[in-house]
Amino acid sequence: MMRNENENPHAPFQPDPKEEQAIDELIAKYPTKRAACLPLLHMCQRRVGWISPEVIDFVAKRLEMSTAEVKGIVTFYTMYHHAPVGKHVIWVCRTLSCELRGAKTIQEHLERRLGCRPGQTSRDGRWTLKKAECLAGCGYAPVVQIDDRYYEELTPAKLDAILDQIEKGEMPPQSETPWRLP
Amino acid sequence: MSKYTPILTRRYTLPQSWTLAVAESAGAYEAARKALNTMTPEAIRAEVKAANLRGRGGAGFPAGVKWSFLAPKPGQQVYLVINADEGEPGTFKDRTIMEKDPHRLIEGCIITMYAIGSHKTFIYVRGELALAIERLEKAIQEAKARNYLGSKPFGTNHPMEIVVHPGAGAYICGEETALLNSLEGKRGEPRLKPPFPAVRGAFDMPTIVNNVETIASVPDIILMGGEAWSRLSLLPPEFNDGGVRLYGVSGHVARPGIYEAPVGITLRELIYELGGGMLHPDRPLKAVIPGGSSTPVIRPDDKVHAPDPKHPLHRWHGKSHLDVPMGVDTMRGIGSMLGTCCAIVMDTSVNMVEVARNLMRFYHHESCGQCTPCREGTGWLVDILNQVAGGRGNKVHLDLLVDVSNNMMGNTICALADGAAMPMLALIQKFRKEFIEAIEKGLTNDHRLDRAIRHALLKEGALA
Ligand SMILES: Cc1cc2nc3c(=O)[nH]c(=O)nc-3n(C[C@H](O)[C@H](O)[C@H](O)COP(=O)(O)O)c2cc1C
Ligand code: SF4
Ligand code: FES
Repeated sequence: MMRNENENPHAPFQPDPKEEQAIDELIAKYPTKRAACLPLLHMCQRRVGWISPEVIDFVAKRLEMSTAEVKGIVTFYTMYHHAPVGKHVIWVCRTLSCELRGAKTIQEHLERRLGCRPGQTSRDGRWTLKKAECLAGCGYAPVVQIDDRYYEELTPAKLDAILDQIEKGEMPPQSETPWRLP
Repeated sequence: MSKYTPILTRRYTLPQSWTLAVAESAGAYEAARKALNTMTPEAIRAEVKAANLRGRGGAGFPAGVKWSFLAPKPGQQVYLVINADEGEPGTFKDRTIMEKDPHRLIEGCIITMYAIGSHKTFIYVRGELALAIERLEKAIQEAKARNYLGSKPFGTNHPMEIVVHPGAGAYICGEETALLNSLEGKRGEPRLKPPFPAVRGAFDMPTIVNNVETIASVPDIILMGGEAWSRLSLLPPEFNDGGVRLYGVSGHVARPGIYEAPVGITLRELIYELGGGMLHPDRPLKAVIPGGSSTPVIRPDDKVHAPDPKHPLHRWHGKSHLDVPMGVDTMRGIGSMLGTCCAIVMDTSVNMVEVARNLMRFYHHESCGQCTPCREGTGWLVDILNQVAGGRGNKVHLDLLVDVSNNMMGNTICALADGAAMPMLALIQKFRKEFIEAIEKGLTNDHRLDRAIRHALLKEGALA
């Protein structure tokens, strides 16, 4: 599902036939309908950019859950955005291993460059900055995740190069996790 | 250790190691073929028991014993659930298996499903790990296309299916019963035990939950036989802790990363050989958290005290904790835990009150909130540590930190609360002076955890 920026933000969430089929396939994987809740929310968020009230209504109806139940799930997990976010979301890992290797320095650098603090979106709407807990990249610290890609062993200069490239419209690939032989 | 020939990671360095063609040309699915075509489920379970394979997810429970708890009633489905939620701070090993050799995990699932009479596996992968999810999905497609999964895997009449289920960001979902709730499309809140998952797990059916690395070890156990695999361990046999495993090392070492080695290498070997030694020659080792953030911290000058010849650790009596072979029971014996076997190494630039503050903030953020001692306790610990750091410390704070921690232990539904309280208590016990000093003077920007490398980082690249 591609995100469509011209979409009316308050129209009910309506999947196209191809998406409908993908949702049916998803539900078929599980013994119960509601088990598809997490992956379906991911699918919707990829299209809409966040979990809007319309998405919540749609998911509740499709999986025969109450909207309160879906809301309870959305608020439990950090990956779902409860409010619209910038075009890209940057998660900076701030847990111990990363912290020992400069995570705070990385975060401060981003705050300066983007002009916003964690939890906020840059004025141009391009970036939302967030703090993350351990991203399972501790040996390759400091780590940030931008949208669904990991960037590891960062320095402020390396990170700048990555952001420059994204601002030009190209998403640098996630590099293969380093493997060092003993 | 230079002669070591890798087993679990032997395909990692092949180009495109995650594709079926490459993995299979390097031995993938030989074990599954052997197991499904020539062995009975009982025989497989016996090999896994003989292998002394201790769970790699943190608690170290023997996998073969866990499987034997299954006793499905007629008509009940048995599920295999793979815990790939890797979220314990400092831990980053399972991710390498899923990214670099997903077919190893799938092969392990095939053999395990056959052994425990299951037809369906759910792999619960941490949602952030998009690359791992992508490669697993692709690998499952490839395996299906070859009939390694599906209605007659390897020609055997035992239908099998694997579903990859993405999490959505919550450390607590790594706890096995929270994981099951999350899999069922609920909030990831741990369940009261008993019933244990083997009796009543996913979708109310008997379920085996195992860590990624645990199941990824199964193919080689089948190929070489359980006893032979068990003997690869460097620990004496009476410890029942067999085989090889992945070790992680992060923080202030020269070569952080994941390394494979036999069970029972020492922390000293992990830090100074595999990890390449300390990051900076002038800043020696101050402390190491041996196996993920929930395991109590170890100091290099702590010595084993086991004068009684009958004590299981007697042979290491008087040695540094760094020289005790790492195993589930040996680490417990020195007052810590093996956990996930991924160590966080800290040099003399590190302030231990800041370490406590960083970790307690993590646990407070990740507490699911069901139990008062955990929800409130982690919050109080953070509050107290913040006051201390902010220069508003008070003499009573030290006792208060100990008190709150003690009241969190053993009083909750799951082990997250213990996982926060144990490291908190160990930090205070082993670095008391630092806590007292912080209470008297507060902490400044000079205590920030990256202070030793910040300058180099800003200047670029070269960290040491
Ligand atoms: C708070 C908490 C978090 C956990 N996180 C993980 C995890 O991320 N991955 C994992 O395999 N086990 C984790 N565990 C351990 C699991 O509950 C369970 O013991 C494990 O998945 C069993 O697999 P094993 O026997 O193969 O190790 C966690 C436990 C607790 C209490
Ligand atoms: S101990 Fe903490 S995380 Fe575990 S169930 Fe209780 S409140 Fe939730
Ligand atoms: S601490 Fe940052 S990835 Fe683990």
